[in-house]
Amino acid sequence: MANISLIPCGDFKTRYAADTTIFPTVTSRNFAILGVLLLLTFPAFMDRYWLNLCIQIGYLGIAALGLNILVGFTGQISIGHAAFFGFGAFSSAWLSNSFGIPVALAIPLAGVMTTAVGMLFGVPAARLKGLYLAIATLAAQYILQDFFARADWFTGGTAGTIAEPFSLFGFAFDTDERYFYVVLVYMVVMYILATNLMRTRDGRALVAVRDHYLSAEIMGINLTKYRTMSFGISAFYAGIGGALYAHYLQFVSVEGFTILFSIQFLGMIIIGGLGSIMGSLMGTAFMVLLPEVMQAITNSLAGTAIDTALNLKDAIAFLREMAIGLVIILFLVFEPDGLAHRWKQIKAYWKLYPFSH
Amino acid sequence: MTLLFQLLVNGLIVGALYGVVAMSFVLIYKASRIVNFAQGEFLLIGAWTCWWLLTHWQLPFWIGFPITLAFMLIFGVVLQVVVLRPMIGEPIISVIMVTIGLSIFFQAMMKWMFGVFAKPFPTIFASPTMNVFGLEVQTVYVVSLVISLLIMAGFGWFFKYSRMGLAMRATAFDQQVAQSLGISVRQMFAMSWAISAMVSAVAGVTVGVVNGVSSALSFFGIKVFPAVILGGLDSVAGAVLGGLIVGVLENLAHYLDSQWLNWGNMYEIAPFYVLIVILMIKPYGLFGTKDIERV
Repeated sequence: MANISLIPCGDFKTRYAADTTIFPTVTSRNFAILGVLLLLTFPAFMDRYWLNLCIQIGYLGIAALGLNILVGFTGQISIGHAAFFGFGAFSSAWLSNSFGIPVALAIPLAGVMTTAVGMLFGVPAARLKGLYLAIATLAAQYILQDFFARADWFTGGTAGTIAEPFSLFGFAFDTDERYFYVVLVYMVVMYILATNLMRTRDGRALVAVRDHYLSAEIMGINLTKYRTMSFGISAFYAGIGGALYAHYLQFVSVEGFTILFSIQFLGMIIIGGLGSIMGSLMGTAFMVLLPEVMQAITNSLAGTAIDTALNLKDAIAFLREMAIGLVIILFLVFEPDGLAHRWKQIKAYWKLYPFSH
Repeated sequence: MTLLFQLLVNGLIVGALYGVVAMSFVLIYKASRIVNFAQGEFLLIGAWTCWWLLTHWQLPFWIGFPITLAFMLIFGVVLQVVVLRPMIGEPIISVIMVTIGLSIFFQAMMKWMFGVFAKPFPTIFASPTMNVFGLEVQTVYVVSLVISLLIMAGFGWFFKYSRMGLAMRATAFDQQVAQSLGISVRQMFAMSWAISAMVSAVAGVTVGVVNGVSSALSFFGIKVFPAVILGGLDSVAGAVLGGLIVGVLENLAHYLDSQWLNWGNMYEIAPFYVLIVILMIKPYGLFGTKDIERV
């Protein structure tokens, strides 16, 4: 029952090509286009605060999608995604600062550089799985974090580094309203790329590796190749996301890319739904909005007895961390398939409305 | 040369503590096949509880410490029953993520309740330093070494002779067979968490007495991974050995670094480099059993 099909009755597919379109129905494609068009109008009426959140959802969503390709589609766990995100941020800033490469070009190049690093750490990953892999990526997280703090030539050391604003043909995208479009374009492209990847032989091979790697190997899928490739793709997405982050804030500090951030990425894809492309975006939105909701709750409680008893105002940073941990646990226990699954059920409910059973 | 010797002794003492924590980590893994990323938080919670009893309630150490242990026992059982039991049969990624979630949750909660700064324990031993073979060693270190050895011996006895230890080994070997022999597998799971939490709390209190209690304690839980990978995930003796190796290794790295390399921070990072290299060469650790899968 989990994957109730919403394809109308009598709509038979006769070719594989028709069965693996990007959008399952014409209506869903039109809705997606409508959604993007709607997003295009956001800067016209939203204030800076909301735009900032939307941009955050955009670049984090790209990185989260990368992690979902690795964890959700290939079944390889990684606890070092934030380190790759950070590597992308630093390499984009480094490329544009040291070599004068235009930012528009530096962002994809940063993605490629991060891919190289990701594949480097993917080499042990090709032989490991499950828990051993988790520990190896944990080591990668600490090693890269240490590298950021030490490599002055690359990251500017503890002082951090400055990143140029994004500009194209002399037009600088240096305000939130303008940068929103940059992130939106990247997001749409990256999400379409991922959806397309899953329609290809390579994408199906990744899923096969996840579902039963022995059977996959027997069917002629090269495990080492696909595991390393999946690490590479995931690092590429993280790199692009990180580069967008760098040129948005125009400053990258070495302290930001901690293990907590990596866990937040994992939280995003678990909340959104492992192995669901749109779920990655939903989970990211959830994770970005969660601290804001926490803040709002704390503000509304200000001055009451609960506030004075628990000293909420000073504890907001810890409360956020606690909320992240708690949300991950609750989702895993009560809704392991994530928001994407819930969304599907809601759609199915309305589609079948009077006779939903 | 004295510095090197001093560092080696330090390494052995800290390594013994790593060994104890790694042992309690392996205990959970062996019994219930759960990788506990929240092991460091057990140290943290144990140390803070003991600290709170000793400073806030002004209890003497010999009363406060047993209460801490009792609390950790209950805590371990409750955690297993409430959070981990529903996860039985879920894929390994979910189980790992649940323990990671627990880890951040408790870490943040401890920061919220007790603050972010290190707080010293009240003095427990009359004389702060002792003279061992001509070296000035802190009494706490000597005591912690003794405690570590005691715990290790206790584990050895527990798994070899006690009824519950044998039942636990049977559960680890094959759950169905254990159940058919009348062992309550659920009870064994809960008990393994309880014992693990208690033993970790002992380590936590020991470290807390030496360095003061702070959230840095939970880093022990991360340092455990190089140790258990070195020793192999399902070998208790290997965990102890791995802990000792990691303890000596990081002090050696620190020595090399301070004398010649001057890179800084090698103390923290060296074990992770070793970890990656070992996983590249021997994917199941040095002493771990290789998974053989039959289809």
